[in-house]
Amino acid sequence: MQLVKGGKIIDDPYVRIMDDAPIPEEGAVLLPARRLLADAGELADRAEAIGVLWPNERSVAELAPHLDRVAMIALNFPNFRDGRAYSQARILRERHRFRGELRATGQVLRDQFLFLCRAGFDAFEVSKLPDALAFAEVVKRYSGFYQPASDNRWPVLPRRRAAR
Amino acid sequence: MTAPTQQKLKVNGPVVVTANRLSDGAVVYRSAVGGWTARLAAAAVVTTAQAAGELLAEANADDFAVAAYVAPVALRDGRIEPGNLRERIRLAGPTFELPLTFGI
Amino acid sequence: MYVYDEFDRTLVAERVAEFRDQVARRLSGELTEEEFKPLRLMNGVYLQLRAYMLRVAIPYGSLSSTQLRKLAHIARRYDRNYGHFTTRQNLQFNWIKLSDLPDVMAELAEASLHGMQTSGNCVRNITTDQWAGVAADEIEDPRIWAEILRQHSTMHPEFSFLPRKFKIAITAARHDRAAVRVHDIGLRLHRNGAGEIGFEVIVGGGLGRTPFIGKTIKPFLPKRDLLSYVEAILRVYNQYGRRDNIFKARIKILVHELGAERFAAEVESEWAAIKDGVLAIDAAAIADIAARFRYPRYERLDDDPAELMLARQATAGFDTWYRNTVSRHKVPGYAIVTLSLKPVGGPPGDVTAEQMDAIADVADRYSFGEIRVGHEQNLVLSHVAQRDLPALWQALDRSGVATPNVGLVSDIISCPGLDYCSLANARSIPVAQELTRRFRDLENQRGIGRLHINISGCINACGHHHVGHIGILGVEKNGEEFYQITLGGRSDELAELGALLGPAVPYGEVADVIEDVIAAYRELRASPNELFIDTVKRVGVEPFRERVYAAR
Repeated sequence: MQLVKGGKIIDDPYVRIMDDAPIPEEGAVLLPARRLLADAGELADRAEAIGVLWPNERSVAELAPHLDRVAMIALNFPNFRDGRAYSQARILRERHRFRGELRATGQVLRDQFLFLCRAGFDAFEVSKLPDALAFAEVVKRYSGFYQPASDNRWPVLPRRRAAR
Repeated sequence: MTAPTQQKLKVNGPVVVTANRLSDGAVVYRSAVGGWTARLAAAAVVTTAQAAGELLAEANADDFAVAAYVAPVALRDGRIEPGNLRERIRLAGPTFELPLTFGI
Repeated sequence: MYVYDEFDRTLVAERVAEFRDQVARRLSGELTEEEFKPLRLMNGVYLQLRAYMLRVAIPYGSLSSTQLRKLAHIARRYDRNYGHFTTRQNLQFNWIKLSDLPDVMAELAEASLHGMQTSGNCVRNITTDQWAGVAADEIEDPRIWAEILRQHSTMHPEFSFLPRKFKIAITAARHDRAAVRVHDIGLRLHRNGAGEIGFEVIVGGGLGRTPFIGKTIKPFLPKRDLLSYVEAILRVYNQYGRRDNIFKARIKILVHELGAERFAAEVESEWAAIKDGVLAIDAAAIADIAARFRYPRYERLDDDPAELMLARQATAGFDTWYRNTVSRHKVPGYAIVTLSLKPVGGPPGDVTAEQMDAIADVADRYSFGEIRVGHEQNLVLSHVAQRDLPALWQALDRSGVATPNVGLVSDIISCPGLDYCSLANARSIPVAQELTRRFRDLENQRGIGRLHINISGCINACGHHHVGHIGILGVEKNGEEFYQITLGGRSDELAELGALLGPAVPYGEVADVIEDVIAAYRELRASPNELFIDTVKRVGVEPFRERVYAAR
């Protein structure tokens, strides 16, 4: 598994904390959802980054009150055909205006990169190395899209009008 | 004739392992000498769930063909024949003439 | 006809390039079958019993003659010289090699054709009335809206991995020829009390293992809100549709389990957050799409010109065909012509490459180059001048697509069944063929009147048997083919599911049973003018059951 962000493979600054393990004072930590919600008060003063691993069958509305505390949200694709996290991502970006890192985890394959980007993900725990290496190439596959989404790409309709 | 990949492995008679060639979907059978054959006559025939399971595992590990499953055959006068209508159609094609020119 | 612009063409070309790469990675083994299968499905590529099948999208059933010629070319060059029109207005090729598919896609793209989203757990072909744009009872052309929805749902980043497939149909006529009440979303364009045109939104219809008639969750939705409302429905479905059981994953199950009211409330709640956002459709957006629809420059013509009247009197065959296949057009002097793809003994909906070319020529000559595909698996020429009907008939007759059986008992709708499809339990095409032979006599057919027989080879119901006046469903019992027969289904604005006639019937007896059902109808009908479907409604299934099973 490789972490891709900014179009490149990078080292993961976040340490995954398992359920009841103590949270280190330093370093970015990735917490399970239950932990974040339970320890919200304690974590309020933490200076270093907090990330949360949010399950795909749980409404992100529950996470909304904590968004200002969270620097990274990891959403899950238990298998790549389970597309619930695409909706979660869009709601976080577009409705709740989440500006931190939105990371795709689980089974993350090459042919989903563009959908993920457009849904608002900007970091990817890519399952296969060749896919991670091809990331920058793959996201250039399509030059235009019909519908607006969470990314900055201008959908086709306004582009058509501009072209006239 | 329920989609065979949804069935549990139950062997009540002679069976073969069959699949579709990846490149063009043509029907192939796991061969008696390893690999695949398009000829049913050259297919490996087994009679136990154990043997069928092993043959199927071999087939699934070989990417030359896909969607492998265990299919019944009938042995008649030393010949291997398809064991049901679905397998007869897979071997011989649709049960009517393909349209060349019709209605004319 | 919608004409692609640069953006549309570029998208399809990029799709072809992506697919070429995916096929190469599959053939090299870099992609496993499990990883590749959803990708090929999203391009309409199925693996069937003995070959791959490619389902080409024909958006809302509209084809140009150029496109039809391209399909003929593909049939000749890469397939076995024929294609099959489906109950969702698409075309299927049954013998294409995976290794050829990238080239096939590239050639299709040259004619603005593709297989995008004709399969997979995404929004499928948006279907409509095959008389859209020309029907006399239509309030406006629903194809504009079908195109708006098509673009919005193409490669939608959020809705490409839904729990299951998603089918949308739209109608704008008083008489529903698009079966909107048995789709995941059905849209009915109509006028409200204030005279405004908007959509009735119906959700959760569908056939298959658990058939449902859809529920109206929004009686009137303004045009402006169509995309945001559909987005809200899809988002609710994407999040809450079941993913634990493939047989319970359609939206109809979610609507049924929540109840229509609660489902509607979930949609409204989601919609409230987005209805005034970027998806609101303004007049400029509609005009943009409408501008790329080409409409014929109709001449000013009179109804019933002399050429037509003389030919009707002079040639009995022409008159028979005219009365059966020609329908009223909204423009005076013009006509809508249905081409029957149901010749006696033929597989329903199949067309040879030669026929495709001939129909393309005829479309150019007599119908402004436009052809429509109906979900009942016939074709339509939508803009024929009435004075051209006699010449058209002769040309169609030469090509074998002028059988005057449209809407009659031998105009059968059938899925491909066990002869092709790996999901099937039983064959459907030979059943249809035998029925067309039993009922070949045209006078007999006219004496029976309007009657839709629908045949499905398995419970997935691609033949729409639940909504056939007579529905035939193939099942397997102890390795033998048996058929369940239902009566009284219909897919139009009075949509209803058929009721079981009696115990399943073996393959060899199906045609006999259908003959008995029709004999019973002749006996039970109040008059020769009472349609089969109305007789069933009036007397119920019991009198049919008694007569049919009496001797069995």
